[in-house]
Amino acid sequence: MTMMGASAGLGQQAPAAGGPPQRARAQALGRMFRAVRSNRKATAGSIMLAIFVLVALFPGVISRKDPSAEVYGRSLNPSLGHLLGTTAYGQDLFAQTVWGARQSLIIALTVGLLTTVLAVLIGVAAAYLGGIWDGVLSMLTDVLLVIPLFPLLIVIAAYARNGGTLVLITVLTLTEWSFGARQLRSQALSLRSRDFLEAARVRGERPLYIIIVEIIPTMTSLIVAVFLSSALYALLFASSLQFIGLGDPNSLSWGTMLYWAENNEALQTGQYLWAVAPGLCIAALGAAFALLNYAFDEIGNPALRPVRRIRVKRTS
Amino acid sequence: MTEPTPQPLLRTDGLTKHFKIGNTLSRRILHAVDDVDLTVGEREIVALAGESGSGKSTIARLIARIYRPTRGEIYFRGNPLSHLRSRADLLRYGGDVPMVFQDPFSSINPVYRVSHGILRGLMLHRRELGRGERQAEARRVLDEVGLTPAEDVLQRFPHELSGGQRQRLGFAQALAMRPKLILADEPVSMLDVSIRVGLLNLMTQLRDRQGVSILYITHDIASARYVADRLVIMYAGRIAETGPTEAVLAMPLHPYTQLLLSAVPDPRAPLAVGAESDKGEPPRVIDPTPGCRFRWRCPLAVEECHRRTPELRILGPAHSAACHVAKAGAPAPSEVTA
Amino acid sequence: MSSAQADDVRDAAAGPMLQVSALTVEYAMDWGQVRAVDGVSFDLGAGEFVGIVGESGCGKSTLLFAIAQLLSPPAAVTGGSVVFKGRDMVRLTSRALSAMRWKDMSVVMQSAMNALNPVKSIGAQFRDAMRAHGSSSATDIGARSAEVLRMVGIDPVHLKSYPHQLSGGMRQRSMIAMALLFTPDLVIMDEPTSALDVVAQRSLMVQIKELQQQLGFAIIFVTHDMSLVSHFSDRLMVMYAGQMAEFGVTRRIFGSPLHPYSVGLMEAFPSIRGPRAPLTGIQGRPPDLARPPAGCRFFPRCQKAGARCEQERPELYDVDGVAVRCFLYADGGTSGD
Repeated sequence: MTMMGASAGLGQQAPAAGGPPQRARAQALGRMFRAVRSNRKATAGSIMLAIFVLVALFPGVISRKDPSAEVYGRSLNPSLGHLLGTTAYGQDLFAQTVWGARQSLIIALTVGLLTTVLAVLIGVAAAYLGGIWDGVLSMLTDVLLVIPLFPLLIVIAAYARNGGTLVLITVLTLTEWSFGARQLRSQALSLRSRDFLEAARVRGERPLYIIIVEIIPTMTSLIVAVFLSSALYALLFASSLQFIGLGDPNSLSWGTMLYWAENNEALQTGQYLWAVAPGLCIAALGAAFALLNYAFDEIGNPALRPVRRIRVKRTS
Repeated sequence: MTEPTPQPLLRTDGLTKHFKIGNTLSRRILHAVDDVDLTVGEREIVALAGESGSGKSTIARLIARIYRPTRGEIYFRGNPLSHLRSRADLLRYGGDVPMVFQDPFSSINPVYRVSHGILRGLMLHRRELGRGERQAEARRVLDEVGLTPAEDVLQRFPHELSGGQRQRLGFAQALAMRPKLILADEPVSMLDVSIRVGLLNLMTQLRDRQGVSILYITHDIASARYVADRLVIMYAGRIAETGPTEAVLAMPLHPYTQLLLSAVPDPRAPLAVGAESDKGEPPRVIDPTPGCRFRWRCPLAVEECHRRTPELRILGPAHSAACHVAKAGAPAPSEVTA
Repeated sequence: MSSAQADDVRDAAAGPMLQVSALTVEYAMDWGQVRAVDGVSFDLGAGEFVGIVGESGCGKSTLLFAIAQLLSPPAAVTGGSVVFKGRDMVRLTSRALSAMRWKDMSVVMQSAMNALNPVKSIGAQFRDAMRAHGSSSATDIGARSAEVLRMVGIDPVHLKSYPHQLSGGMRQRSMIAMALLFTPDLVIMDEPTSALDVVAQRSLMVQIKELQQQLGFAIIFVTHDMSLVSHFSDRLMVMYAGQMAEFGVTRRIFGSPLHPYSVGLMEAFPSIRGPRAPLTGIQGRPPDLARPPAGCRFFPRCQKAGARCEQERPELYDVDGVAVRCFLYADGGTSGD
């Protein structure tokens, strides 16, 4: 990852970073930490994401109760015993919210990862191979981009009704990769004429080597950004599909909580927390992904960074 | 000065490259390089000079096998490039004729350390070396180009080096492959003036100490004069004039060479009288008609120039020009001061 | 009247057209504040051609943008003044600046392809410029546009052309024509010839000089190529590491450069005339301006460095009308900053 601090616009040349060379490895890691720490969006996003990951990893530590046990009083208001109250079936809402994080997070991260891998393979291959391959792969990408995504998702999910979470993940992956592929192809294309790639070609490197070793590492910021936005959309789409009943309603996630809340007319009957708690969590996790996404965009492209203004201390 | 060797290191014969431009409805042909015969001998620096659109960069890329010629052939040590088929042959050629690029900021992968490019070159082209030997060799080439202390530089990242240092690294990467001929595509154009001389001196050093030949592509005649043994002036895809550097400068035969020399600013000399009316419009070589491509700007053009494309004629010792009106022994206009 | 206005009136009464005094420009970078231009002062009279030369990072473009008041964050002027025709531009409001732009002072940018709008014809862009700064009558605009194009040697039929249809040289010429629409008193040029080949460069320089003699405007010309301005500028400023290293009549500086940096630069140009002598260039790199050295900025690279140079900062010393920032000339000259 390169870290050039330069100012864009009007051809001004900002001074380059000088300084004595330190131990190079420490410097690289140090740069990354500095990047995350100095970028406020990255810091906020990382903290939020970390909280959710911890909750998903150790739900039992936070809530001792069994989330699916229908043993408590129905539709109770929040109290010390039930921090968020209970559902119409007598389940502890807080336990559900805490344990539901796991599935929501897993779906988001898995789909994010798979779509990114697909997007990188297809996008970068299309850009590097060019010619007919580029034409075919780009057409495939464009077709998927143009089809309205949510109706497509509904149709496919309804068709594969009984598959549950695995089907959900598969369906989301197969429909979402095209967004990332497009962006990655654009960036790979712009890199293609960079001299260091031509230098590698002239040196005699094989195309696969060039793609994997020379091109992809220079695109890390964009790849991470694609992953984050894929995870974000996966979270939102998965929750939406589960909300309308196309996930596995018997599994526990924020989306299925919303489904059951809707089924029991939670908002109309005054059980607001049943809908608000999972909804708020989805929004918060989504915001974490979005913040990190912006942050990595900024890290990768210095032109997007917020520009400092000098407090003009007049020296004369 | 070098003696002409019986078999030159590199020889092109009628080298031609055309590009198709426009769409299927109006297909036109861009004549980037037409009918170029040039040679590079052992231990020789040949400057390929010309302005943008002259075809000089295209020739470099043809020799580096980035493009395939439309017509004509390139011979390396007597063997035609079109006969290279196996991966081993192609790889060997790539190691014998590496390229150094113009832009120090984009010619090195910013993600890896300095050692990466050199070690890859060694792994591909000098398989006989073991791991420790490769490291030693990497240090040696860095020393050779003046990037010291080599051990320290190998661990740095490219953005920690200055533009001049990065260009030296480019030469080091080329040297690691034990080349016979280095294709240097405008290696100093993007460097500051005070740094250029160091790189130019490095090039002559490589010729003298390592016995490497260099094809130096440039638009700057002054730097060409500084390093090159022979000069090839390109215009509109064809060779306008070629010969030993001092001979071409002392007695430019082709009117384009004369124009070029008169336009080069030299602070130490008074302003030379040149064709100030010539605005320096670059030639457009799309579907050209027969005739000299310089005729529109040439003060000496006659009817023959519009009818027949001039061939290179020998007008002096190893000194030729492609011009119908050029005469051997004519003095350069820059010596005729107003 | 306020004291500021009184200052203005007093300044307008006497003095050269442009007076830059102790101008300082800083950039707010992540790792600290960097002083890209450090206390530069010079005067410019009417019709004068001043060249500013230096290598990358010396601050010449920043200086130019500061004079034209075109700096944007993270850069800002943090000291000094730029008094143009009696008014300190650094303190002017943007409305006042706007009124002055293009009429009194215009700018020619480095790359015409970046400065010209690619989707508008040349004529349309001239029209925009003229309307923005005053004229509105269509016939006036048309006549003036054709006139300036003719001045730079372009057939007015090209008013209908788009930038990509013109060659590089013609684009640069149309930029210059646009800068001359209102016949300003000062034209600032930032490397206008760097994208051109040598014949086009030469032709453009000759054209610029002719226009200057014809119309009488002053020029500040920034370039990294010293030889280019050597025959055209009246005075020359050599910049190094944000400071003025040498400033004086061009022929004097080329004939006998004083500052070791200028000497090194002059000797780094290979020549096509005269004997083919080996050259040495200048070893090392310019200093990191985030941490400027304690003494002379050229000290690490200087062949003639003395005892004072490492710890003390040289002022500008006058040697027969040439200002040099070097201790070699400290005694036997008057110190003037």
